[in-house]
Amino acid sequence: MSYDTITLVWFFLLGVLLTGYAILDGFDLGVGILHPFIAKDDRERRLVMNSIGPLWDGNEVWLVTFGGALFAAFPNAYATVFSSFYAAFHLLLTCLIGRAVSLEFRSKVHSTTWRRFWDTVFFLSSITAAALLGIAGGNVMAGMQVGPMFRYEGGLLDQLYWYPLLVGTLTVSLFALHGSIYLFLKTEGELQQRVRNRILRLFYCFAGLYAVVTIATWLHVPHATETLTRHPWLWIVPVLNALAVLNIPRAMHLGKPGYAFFTSSMVIAALASLFSVAIFPNFVLSTIDPAYSVTLENARSSHQTLITMLWIALIGMPCVASYTITIYWIFRGKVQLDSNSY
Amino acid sequence: MFEKTIMMDVELLSRLQFAGTIMFHYLFPPLSIGLGLQLFLCELAYVRTGHPAWEAAARFWTRVFAVNFAMGVATGIVMEFEFGTNWAAYSRFVGDVFGSALAAEGIFAFFLESGFLAILVFGWDRVGPKMHLFSTLMVFLGSVFSAVWIVIANSWQQTPAGYHIVWQEIQGQSVPRAEVTDFWAMVFNPSSVDRLTHTLIGALVLGAFFVASVCTFYLLKQRHDDVARRCLSIALPSALAFTLLAALTGHDSAQKLVETQPAKLAAMEAHFKTTDQPTGLYLFGWPDAEDETVHFGVRVPWLLSLMVYNDPGKPVPGMDQIPESDRPPVWLPFQMFHLMVGLGTMMIVLAALACWFWFKETYQNHRWLMWSIVLMPLAAMTANQAGWITAEVGRQPWIVHPSVQNGVEMMGLRTKDGLSESVTAEQVLSSIVLFAVIYSLLFAVWIFVLNHKIQHGPESIEELESHKRTRSASKLSDQIRHGGTGRGGGLMDEEL
Repeated sequence: MSYDTITLVWFFLLGVLLTGYAILDGFDLGVGILHPFIAKDDRERRLVMNSIGPLWDGNEVWLVTFGGALFAAFPNAYATVFSSFYAAFHLLLTCLIGRAVSLEFRSKVHSTTWRRFWDTVFFLSSITAAALLGIAGGNVMAGMQVGPMFRYEGGLLDQLYWYPLLVGTLTVSLFALHGSIYLFLKTEGELQQRVRNRILRLFYCFAGLYAVVTIATWLHVPHATETLTRHPWLWIVPVLNALAVLNIPRAMHLGKPGYAFFTSSMVIAALASLFSVAIFPNFVLSTIDPAYSVTLENARSSHQTLITMLWIALIGMPCVASYTITIYWIFRGKVQLDSNSY
Repeated sequence: MFEKTIMMDVELLSRLQFAGTIMFHYLFPPLSIGLGLQLFLCELAYVRTGHPAWEAAARFWTRVFAVNFAMGVATGIVMEFEFGTNWAAYSRFVGDVFGSALAAEGIFAFFLESGFLAILVFGWDRVGPKMHLFSTLMVFLGSVFSAVWIVIANSWQQTPAGYHIVWQEIQGQSVPRAEVTDFWAMVFNPSSVDRLTHTLIGALVLGAFFVASVCTFYLLKQRHDDVARRCLSIALPSALAFTLLAALTGHDSAQKLVETQPAKLAAMEAHFKTTDQPTGLYLFGWPDAEDETVHFGVRVPWLLSLMVYNDPGKPVPGMDQIPESDRPPVWLPFQMFHLMVGLGTMMIVLAALACWFWFKETYQNHRWLMWSIVLMPLAAMTANQAGWITAEVGRQPWIVHPSVQNGVEMMGLRTKDGLSESVTAEQVLSSIVLFAVIYSLLFAVWIFVLNHKIQHGPESIEELESHKRTRSASKLSDQIRHGGTGRGGGLMDEEL
């Protein structure tokens, strides 16, 4: 396989890892965002948390593997992106830690104050993590102040302007919507009815933001549509995306929540693909001088390493798929509390 | 000059941050690996004998394991991010080599662990005992694989192999980076097998002493007698076996150093001046690198020569053979190495005594020994940390040690050249403060919850039976209510 082909393969595989992460951790971040608004008492809060209990840890591994694969396949992109988002990523790490420990520790002690504290941590860290992922994505979309030799010349405040903040808000609403459909699938009775009432409202909220972000991207990020202009067949992605968005309320109305969840997963996949299409062939476009951009070509590892890693991925992926399916199968059905629950 | 002090600050702060976060992280994975094995053995005993006391033991250790594992995951993600946030130049230099090991860790180890962890922790009543046992084994293997890949990556930094240096043209400048030429030579670099076995055994020592400690505590307090005695019959012999193996693998590791990293060996032994006489070994002392002496030292003549070369007459090269700019600090590696060896020796003696009395069935008559065993997890944890401090500080000033490949000298990367180009001292300082706050809080909560679990202890056999009855009753009533779908019961809100 030629060096350029395998570079594209790795760009695609990173897209797959990012999409997998956004779909899977997307619903459990969403559950965290909805947690204080949907659950009324301690039992319901435990049900909501336990709906993602056995799954969130595996979902987060997609992010870890994405990070590792980016490090290995495109070290310059990993180094520039991660050091540019110094403050944002340290905050993101704080949130991921907060989520992990609030899930693990919340129900271990019988005390209202203790549980209320961890509930707050769980909510705040979920919503902040979702927003930060969106803000980072928005910055990468729009391009960043990368100077000579991939050295980032901006700071946190340069990353917090209207466009990334808008993308951050969109991400929060998308994950909340995705999480609400997941919760609908996992709950029953009165709690499920309450979830149902939220889904449509979250949908309107998301659809509105989706329209605004689409227009904003059109205006603010001109290079985002360049690849689409060059390869018009790629227009199928935004068209399918829009149809998928509209299909969510339809599927819920038809009483097919599983189909709705599949559709919202597809919306996330389409958005992640649009993100990859928009940044291609750069990882980070320099807003100082395009010659300073971090591109696929100047960020990649050696030909041999990319081939070795492809073997690692070919051996590993089927294993990953098989355990993921096994786990989701074993924990299928409505969430229930037992002596092993959180 | 002014700029130089600023740069120094970023280096010192980034090193402090990495040291602090990795040491905090390293409280958890060794316990996960070590406890994972003990848990597997308890559960194996349950599957083979069907005795409910073994089930109570396995369920109890699962709960302790889960708390510890969550901490390991949460603090581990930090490490992966820090390579990029704080050590961007390093990441560019090693990405081609180090990144593949890290990616392999993600795909082979983390998915395995996290997937089967779900069954291990939440699956007790959803899958059969054999499937559960299999899941426990997979989680244990996953944690071992993850140690494998990360120790390979770290060993490559100590004794690089299977690579060459390529000068890349970027924006008109030539930038060096390491590229893999032989993947398996990179994986099996000169130190990876020795260091990996020593690291894993260090983790197994901790797991064995952790179980021994908690169970001995129960015996002292006359609680959960049956479960405690069963677990001790596994934990004490394994503690003895693993501490002996730790000494053996440690010795192998140290012997290789004279070839691969003589500066580290000289620092560990505070061996400043090379002579043509056999080299002695300091049992303890206070090294002073400025004066090149060891104060208050007690030295056994020719012992270092014997240990390193299996030949009491052959002199060992000292720090004076190393160019001044390439010398590591001496005090810290010396003290940490001696602390590790001292604690290791103490653990071997105590484990041997405990086993001896255990098989003579007089263990419970020796309360001083029992209390010492209760404290041993602290010794094992300290020894694990001290070993890593020796290894990492002894590698300085290099982040990637230079090497010779097929007779060609390969450049290394100095720690100060591995920093992120765009990160300022203020940024690093604020993230250190952030981690200090969060980690102190986490540490307090971890101790609190761990103590809570240990004080609660395993369920009694009657409790276990009554839970089983409740579960099947609620399943039955659900089936009646929902026409056979079996769901949503479990109003059990009791705390674990």
